[in-house]
Amino acid sequence: MRNLKTFIEDFGWPRIIIFFFLIFLFIMAPFVRVRLDASISDVLNRFGQNAIMVLAMVPMIQSGCGLNFGLALGIVSGLLGATLSLQFQLHGILGFLGAIALAAPFALVLGWFYAKLLNKVKGEEMTIAMYVGFSFIMFMCIMWLILPYNNPTMVWGYAGKGLRTTITVEGYWLKILNNFLAIRIGQFFVFPTGLLLFVGLFAFLMWLFLRSKTGTAMTAVGSNPDFARASGVDVDKMRTISIIISTFLGAVGIIVYEQSFGFIQLYTAPSPMVFPAVAAILIGGASINKASMVNVLVGTILFQGLLTMTPSVINSLLQTDMSEVIRIIVSNGMILYALTRKIKVSK
Amino acid sequence: MANGSPLLSIQHVSKDFYGNVVLHDVSFDLREGEILGLVGENGAGKTTLMRILFGMPVIAETGGFQGSVIIGGSEVHFSSPFDALDAGLGMVHQEFSLIPGFTTTENIVLNRESMRPSILNDVFGDRMSILLRDKMRERAEKAIGKLGIELDPDMLVSEMPVGHKQFTEIAREIDREQTRILILDEPTAVLTESEAEVLLQTLKRLASEGIAIIFISHRLQEVLAIANRIVVLRDGHVVKDTPNEHVSMRDIASWMVGRSLGETGARSEGRKFSDIALKVHHLWVDMPGETVRDVSFDVHKGEIFGIGGLAGQGKLGIPNGIMGLFPAGGEVILEGNTVPLNAPAKALAMGMGFVSEDRRGVGLLLDESLEWNIAFTAMQVHRQYLKKVLGGLFSQRDERAMEDLCKEYVSLLDIKCTSTKQKAKELSGGNQQKICLAKAFAIKPSLLFVSEPTRGIDVGAKKLVLDTLHHYNRDFGTTIVMVSSELEELRSICDRIAIVDEGRIAGILPPTADISEFGLLMSGAAMEAVNA
Repeated sequence: MRNLKTFIEDFGWPRIIIFFFLIFLFIMAPFVRVRLDASISDVLNRFGQNAIMVLAMVPMIQSGCGLNFGLALGIVSGLLGATLSLQFQLHGILGFLGAIALAAPFALVLGWFYAKLLNKVKGEEMTIAMYVGFSFIMFMCIMWLILPYNNPTMVWGYAGKGLRTTITVEGYWLKILNNFLAIRIGQFFVFPTGLLLFVGLFAFLMWLFLRSKTGTAMTAVGSNPDFARASGVDVDKMRTISIIISTFLGAVGIIVYEQSFGFIQLYTAPSPMVFPAVAAILIGGASINKASMVNVLVGTILFQGLLTMTPSVINSLLQTDMSEVIRIIVSNGMILYALTRKIKVSK
Repeated sequence: MANGSPLLSIQHVSKDFYGNVVLHDVSFDLREGEILGLVGENGAGKTTLMRILFGMPVIAETGGFQGSVIIGGSEVHFSSPFDALDAGLGMVHQEFSLIPGFTTTENIVLNRESMRPSILNDVFGDRMSILLRDKMRERAEKAIGKLGIELDPDMLVSEMPVGHKQFTEIAREIDREQTRILILDEPTAVLTESEAEVLLQTLKRLASEGIAIIFISHRLQEVLAIANRIVVLRDGHVVKDTPNEHVSMRDIASWMVGRSLGETGARSEGRKFSDIALKVHHLWVDMPGETVRDVSFDVHKGEIFGIGGLAGQGKLGIPNGIMGLFPAGGEVILEGNTVPLNAPAKALAMGMGFVSEDRRGVGLLLDESLEWNIAFTAMQVHRQYLKKVLGGLFSQRDERAMEDLCKEYVSLLDIKCTSTKQKAKELSGGNQQKICLAKAFAIKPSLLFVSEPTRGIDVGAKKLVLDTLHHYNRDFGTTIVMVSSELEELRSICDRIAIVDEGRIAGILPPTADISEFGLLMSGAAMEAVNA
């Protein structure tokens, strides 16, 4: 009984509630004629799509910069990489890897400036980050129009310039990861092996990084910057590294998302990507200064599971479209919950 | 001056905080027009005594006190500072309690403004009265006039020099008509010498008008200059209550510092050292509250060098500055090599270790395991406790080695913990301090700074910490620079002790030196005074 209690405390009520709600949705599914195999396939797919953006939260949380509300910077870098890869007519796996490679320098530079800024506003990172993200998205709205792209699949048909809001990656690198070694069972179930392997690879690299000397220093900076400084660690440098890594992972994350989703979404599309990533890692049990790979995996599965299952199951049950409402309540509610926990961090 | 029955009489006052006795049977009287100099080391009980006098809630919350306080012949029981104010006590604090955006006048008459009722009073009460600025200004000028100084009644406090702020506070207490007893807690601490001089004159003048003054200061020459009577507190006891006649600074110093004289804890073995390990030349450190102005000293190889002095004089700034934690300048040479300042990593890499006085703030990763706490610095500075993976392509934390290291120190220093994976915040103060020491030892420093190693830990742990330092010094030849507020502790372990006063080294003494000499150095008496 005692074990159960400590387990619940460790795991946290929000996770348990969401977990059981998810189970309930799966149980209900067959009754409203939603196919279970298709649902599971969907959840796996969406988990893979989003996991790397959730993973992008980890380095900044560990280094004490809080939740990366400025993930939009990474996402925009990824969009730049993706659109450039299309512009250069890169196809297949080359196109996908090319997109990541082309995004990297943008992530590096943007991340570096972003870090400069966040190092000036220690203690208020999250608020500032949010505004940085939003205003940068707006800035890019102008840039998408005036940048000299000319691949006909990407630009507005009537003007011959300016990028479209939605660009398909079909014919370039659509589902390049999803289809890699994919296992098909029956008509509805697909196991996206390549996608999950790719996510697994990044999670493993992050795990290795956090156990390296630099990763250890970064964690110490997040835990107590004064201690780290007294031990000869350059606090600002560690924070900068974490922010650059986070921005880069944001870029990789959105490219992975696009190859699975099928479209590059520009203009204001990046803004609604940020909160779900933040909410997912919090649902996974991360606090605003401690996060682990388990938090990423559990959080993404629970959150994306919820997003996948509610439209089909709840909508069929209630005959109304509730999914968006639930998504917003859960993600914002979770962020709110986590921020109120901030006080518990011992100093 | 001093005649008649006492205005204020403190009788057999004792006070303990949860069994820790801070005041023990303290009694003394204060007469009209008398200036009483109250002196004592940090922690002698001065502050607690003043809190009792003022009826601060903290006293009642911690179980009240024994004994009685008698003002004007009748016993008083203050339940809040307001009662004390009504009874005629005025207090000038060490930190200014003024409103920066208000003028001198407004601050002086604050909450006692001269007012005239307005029409709104009928509805909203007194709060809607109209201020009589002329009257207020008049009162302020009168109070300032009483002090016999120049002070612009219309100047904003934020624009004043510190001296004027201090005078404004005093004027505020004077303006209260019933004020008969004025208590000043270290009023000259923030003043320049000339400002302090004016202040002392002012106090004398106030005393001549019949106000009784309790003057708390660690600057003994000031106490000697103005006090009629001197009361010395030490460890909660009144060790001396004497008129200020034929009393020398040296006397006061030894009363203040000395346990019973003759019983010195010093265990100097008269060790001789030749090589110089650390040379510090004109060091300055900008550490808030512990500013180091100009400090030069040498530390010999293999010695334990003590740095003492009162709080806020800059002794803590010295190790913090040398280790690069606060902006510093000057020259520091470790075994012939210049130590770059403002660069903690370089200072550590050169073989210096530091145990911070701020255990929870700087010393520990409270939310991490003991293994992390002990091994972290060594890992970052010397790349230890890392293992190569894939033929040296990259390295990973060596958790096994970290655990072994931690276990070694847990048994060596007798650290009480449930496991090496326990979080540092769960340990007691003494055990946390041992973790801090272990962290410093783990980098195998040739020179170790320990700052306030026994602050806030119990007696048993204190002894263990000091023994450990002694052991490392004797058996491994680690040169140790120990900074502590506790003189006895320094005298028990150090080979030489430097006393820091106002950001400068006031003097360096052997631990066997007479206790009064330490007291003199701490009290801001210049070296010449000692030599004279």
